[in-house]
Amino acid sequence: MANDKFSGTSNYIATDDLMMAVNAAVTLERPILIKGEPGTGKTQLALEVASALERPIYEWHIKSTTKAQQGLYDYDAVARLRDSQLGDDKVHDIGNYIVHGKVWEAFESAIQPVLLIDEIDKADIEFPNDLLQELDRMEFFVYETKQLVRAIHRPIIIITSNNEKELPDAFLRRCFFHYIKFPDQATMSQIVDVHFPGLKKTLLKEALDSFYRLRDVPGLKKKPSTSELLDWIKLLLAEDIPPEALRADARNAIPPLYGALLKNEQDVHLFEQLVFLDRRSRPQ
Amino acid sequence: MLIPFFFLLREGGLKPSIRELLLLLESMKSGVAGNSVENFYYLARASLVKDESKFDRFDQIFAAHFRGIEDAFKTLIADVPEEWLKRQAELMLSEEERAQIEAMGGFEKLMEALQERLKEQDERHEGGNKWIGTAGTSPFGAYGYNPEGVRIGQQGSRHRRATKVWDRREYKNLDDERELGTRNIKIALRRLRKFAREGAADQLDLNDTIDKTARNAGLLDIRMVPERHNAVKVLLCLDVGGSMDDHVRVCEEMFSAARSEFKHLEYFYFHNFVYESMWKDNKRRHAERIPIGEITHKYGADYKLVFVGDATMSPYEIAYAGGSVEHWNEEPGAVWIKRILNTYPKAIWLNPEPRPRWDYTPSIKMIRELMDDRMYPLTVGGLDEGMKKLH
Repeated sequence: MANDKFSGTSNYIATDDLMMAVNAAVTLERPILIKGEPGTGKTQLALEVASALERPIYEWHIKSTTKAQQGLYDYDAVARLRDSQLGDDKVHDIGNYIVHGKVWEAFESAIQPVLLIDEIDKADIEFPNDLLQELDRMEFFVYETKQLVRAIHRPIIIITSNNEKELPDAFLRRCFFHYIKFPDQATMSQIVDVHFPGLKKTLLKEALDSFYRLRDVPGLKKKPSTSELLDWIKLLLAEDIPPEALRADARNAIPPLYGALLKNEQDVHLFEQLVFLDRRSRPQ
Repeated sequence: MLIPFFFLLREGGLKPSIRELLLLLESMKSGVAGNSVENFYYLARASLVKDESKFDRFDQIFAAHFRGIEDAFKTLIADVPEEWLKRQAELMLSEEERAQIEAMGGFEKLMEALQERLKEQDERHEGGNKWIGTAGTSPFGAYGYNPEGVRIGQQGSRHRRATKVWDRREYKNLDDERELGTRNIKIALRRLRKFAREGAADQLDLNDTIDKTARNAGLLDIRMVPERHNAVKVLLCLDVGGSMDDHVRVCEEMFSAARSEFKHLEYFYFHNFVYESMWKDNKRRHAERIPIGEITHKYGADYKLVFVGDATMSPYEIAYAGGSVEHWNEEPGAVWIKRILNTYPKAIWLNPEPRPRWDYTPSIKMIRELMDDRMYPLTVGGLDEGMKKLH
């Protein structure tokens, strides 16, 4: 074991409470459920935990059609049928047609891995319930081969959710829970600093100021989040926009390249209207 | 260890399980938290609370418990809504009551008196830590308004120490009672889903095909079924204009969510209260009205009826003929709503006004009675309750 305390990485800033929750989950080998606004780095967390602790990572991305079984294994009956028609000898061993899922792969890892179950709320409402036993005991049974698969090392399981569905109680009780709240301005400058080291202090300050002003605009359908801020700063840097431009614009309240921050047509429209009203009400 | 805290949390409406408590104890034993109180707080939160809307409540209970019981009650006196309370009081008090408050030395004094009273009550009943959820007996009663459900937190910065994380109560606005977003509404509305197969058979029914093929001695016999649809039918009646202007946004969201969620959704508008007719196009409301009789006739009793309105109006508008603000109604609104409810046994009223205010508006009381108490606030929680009732 290289390291077993997570304390953020060179490109991921973790708050105290997040570190606490992750470390508790790592130490006790229990799953941790991460919720938060989209774009606050939930998925990123798993990747960073894996790289910080030097563990392999297995990513299982959930869609609305994903079944719990698919994470464990799939029995490829069609291939077996085809082989039987062709007279292939493989057909006598059913094990040849069991396709391992992500959970199985993680269970078989020689060193303790990180298993990311991404966006669990996208799946059917029963999905988490179907994984209770697997997450709790870290074992499952393969009916086709009558084989019990047990984790060699209990993986560090990180589960993310966007809160589109309520998760069942029984499932929640087995996890640690952390809600990534939107970072405040100080944490945000740390985050930006990590992504764009050497960014001019003034530009950063101006950018953050306009960003938080924009988040405060009432009635936005989708508030810009961390990942949008990072994209926007990337653009500002690419376009080489001087901090003065941001400040000058602050007076008119319309930041340059705001298309990177507002992703919704109605929001852009609302925003432009507000700016227009604001300009009109100001004496020239 | 931690058992009293555990039970306090349960009393406070959080429902941590024994399993979670054991997990917390186990983590403490393993030493992840070290010796820092702050880490202990984070750890306790991560293991006991699984819903960010409950974080605020957890913070309060944590603060109360770990500051020592005698201090606990003070913490809870008057924070959250001082401004709100003030506004509330202004809105709700009658002239007479306002005069009474003036006589007591104004609102500030009243708040002091209230705090005194709360303290007394604490001492008498002992165990003031049971404050949560027992808003029933209100010391406010004497002053003519009852802030049932009003949470009373701390006032000013008297007990707030900026260094304590749980005292910052950053998760306040994530509480259950927040306003709805379209997505939340959709999820709440999904409770109503009832799938049924109807229409053209265009999907392969594998089980039936196998069954029939087997019975057919192996000759392929293909069977089809119609696709599954959400078969719930909803009749949505929205109050527009007047006092509803404050709630336009949430109603829009509700409406757009309902539109995408139900295949059979019919909507009608009314103003303040239902009378002999409603309309579908708000611009031509005076020209094109649809009589209630036609509606109840066209849409059968299998429709579920949802009224959305603030139910805030003069009681005359409900109880008297000619009470409508827009036209002369031959029969009082109460008669009409009874007729409608006779046709649609599954009906609820969603009210965008916050629930604590309901008791002060006579018209809301009247409508609740007319609706047999099936009125719910237009929040995620309220919608959820309402949908259960409709099912």
